[in-house]
Amino acid sequence: MTESNGTGYTGSGPESQDSQPTAHNRDEIFIAVKNLNYIYNPGKAGGHRALSGIDLNVKAGEFLVIAGPNGSGKSTLARHFNAMLKPSSGRVIVAGMDTMIPENVWEIRCQVGMVFQNPDNQIVSSLVEEDAAFGAENLGLPSEEVQKRVEETLRLTGLSQYAKHAPHLLSGGQKQKLAIAGVIVMRPSCLVLDEPTSMLDPAGRVELMETLIRLNRTLKATVVLVTHFMEEAVLADRVVVLSDGRIAVSGTPAKVFAEVELLEGLGLKLPAASEIAHGLRKRGFPLPKEILTIDDILTYIKNN
Amino acid sequence: MLSGITLGQYIPGHSLLHLLDPRTKVIGVLASAVSIIAFTNWQGFVLVTLLTLTALLVSKLPLGIILGSLKSLWLLLVITFLLQTFLTPGTLLVELGPLSISREGLFAAGEIVLRLALLILIAFLPTLTTPPIKLTAGLEGILSPLQRLGVPAHELALMMTLALRFIPTLLQEAEVVISAQRSRGAGFTTGSPARWAKSLLPLFVPLFAGALRRADDLAVAMESRCYRGGANRTRMSTLKFSALDYVVIGVTLAVLAGVVALRLI
Repeated sequence: MTESNGTGYTGSGPESQDSQPTAHNRDEIFIAVKNLNYIYNPGKAGGHRALSGIDLNVKAGEFLVIAGPNGSGKSTLARHFNAMLKPSSGRVIVAGMDTMIPENVWEIRCQVGMVFQNPDNQIVSSLVEEDAAFGAENLGLPSEEVQKRVEETLRLTGLSQYAKHAPHLLSGGQKQKLAIAGVIVMRPSCLVLDEPTSMLDPAGRVELMETLIRLNRTLKATVVLVTHFMEEAVLADRVVVLSDGRIAVSGTPAKVFAEVELLEGLGLKLPAASEIAHGLRKRGFPLPKEILTIDDILTYIKNN
Repeated sequence: MLSGITLGQYIPGHSLLHLLDPRTKVIGVLASAVSIIAFTNWQGFVLVTLLTLTALLVSKLPLGIILGSLKSLWLLLVITFLLQTFLTPGTLLVELGPLSISREGLFAAGEIVLRLALLILIAFLPTLTTPPIKLTAGLEGILSPLQRLGVPAHELALMMTLALRFIPTLLQEAEVVISAQRSRGAGFTTGSPARWAKSLLPLFVPLFAGALRRADDLAVAMESRCYRGGANRTRMSTLKFSALDYVVIGVTLAVLAGVVALRLI
């Protein structure tokens, strides 16, 4: 069934070039969220509204960051993308398939790979390569194809040398990369990551972000990253900030980080460079709004 | 303190036994075990002893490890020997107060201990020469024809795989919990057995709670990876019988047939 989804995860081979119709058209909408509302335990004492009137389109090949403080509904929203949760009202359409229709669920889960917060709790096998194979085996692929994909997936995530290792001996960052490998072996069109860096040390965080960006650039995979670290949002194509189940602000990182008061009100910490730029602006230096990284500031200072 | 516990006793190597298909090893051990239990005369004994010794030699395992498997069960061997010696009636040899040793008792005890020793030696071979994950695949392979009769072969194999995967993780977690409670003055190794058992309670409660939380997360992650049970699932590494496997299965079955034939004569 995934043979025909045409995302061509085979890398640089010439035959894979013509098999990426969805990936090249960046304006195509991959996930459409229309007026989504979600209520936990409706009608019961512990029930509460987690999402209210979310309208959002995720474009094919886009690197989208969903940010927001704890309890803002960002994880709830992410779990609608692979039909783990069904809308209380409104619709979520993934690659043309409505998540409300039960027959679509498995095809949607093949197309949208999901990576979770705790890397330990998503690894199923005591051998790295066996774990990477799990998803492909679930698709019922012939064993040669599974082997080929596992090899390729481990190479893409930089885990080739650990193929025969036990996962509990890997570092946090490596475990989380294995969790990503376990998902991209199914060749999904889209990766959704629910706070994948929150349990990692700074080095693991950097390692993981580099892997995500590489997958997004080289495979043209759509990446949706849920996070409360604004530093990670700097490299995104687009940032959506949620607050109390609603979209508070969305746009390019530059546009979102310009909303300093709003973000601070939500308790979100600006990336260091944006914060410095904001402080300098307050003191009367006319720094442009596009400043996102320390390098941007350096370039600005050198040019003036 | 806990991370020293190893799972299984796999000794890596390249012997013929290591190369065998895991299914062959399971079938071979079963056939040999039945032979060891079934022999009734000295010809049969020679046959199964030769088989066991050949298997041990072919495995190229260090002698210490082979004897180690016997050592781990020495208490069983000693108790069996004593019970057989003292409780079998027959021609009196020695009398020690209320206890008496008979000629028949001594023979019966010797025989049962030899049987047990052979059984232990052969039963340890698959776990010593096969990584646990391969053994799991082998068991699934053997049980899967029984799936039509309602034997949950895939589920059993998955349970074993997950247990192998999570035991080290849970041990790591136990160590964290122990350190956390030690740092607040809890003692785990002192006091009477009752107090010791009681002191373990605060260790097991968080450990179980954690395990349940992990299970929940894992189920969600597995569903996200399109896991839908064993139907239509394939395996990356398919098991394949080689000529060697057929030879080993043939030899063990031949020994079994020989033992049974000798019994009937």
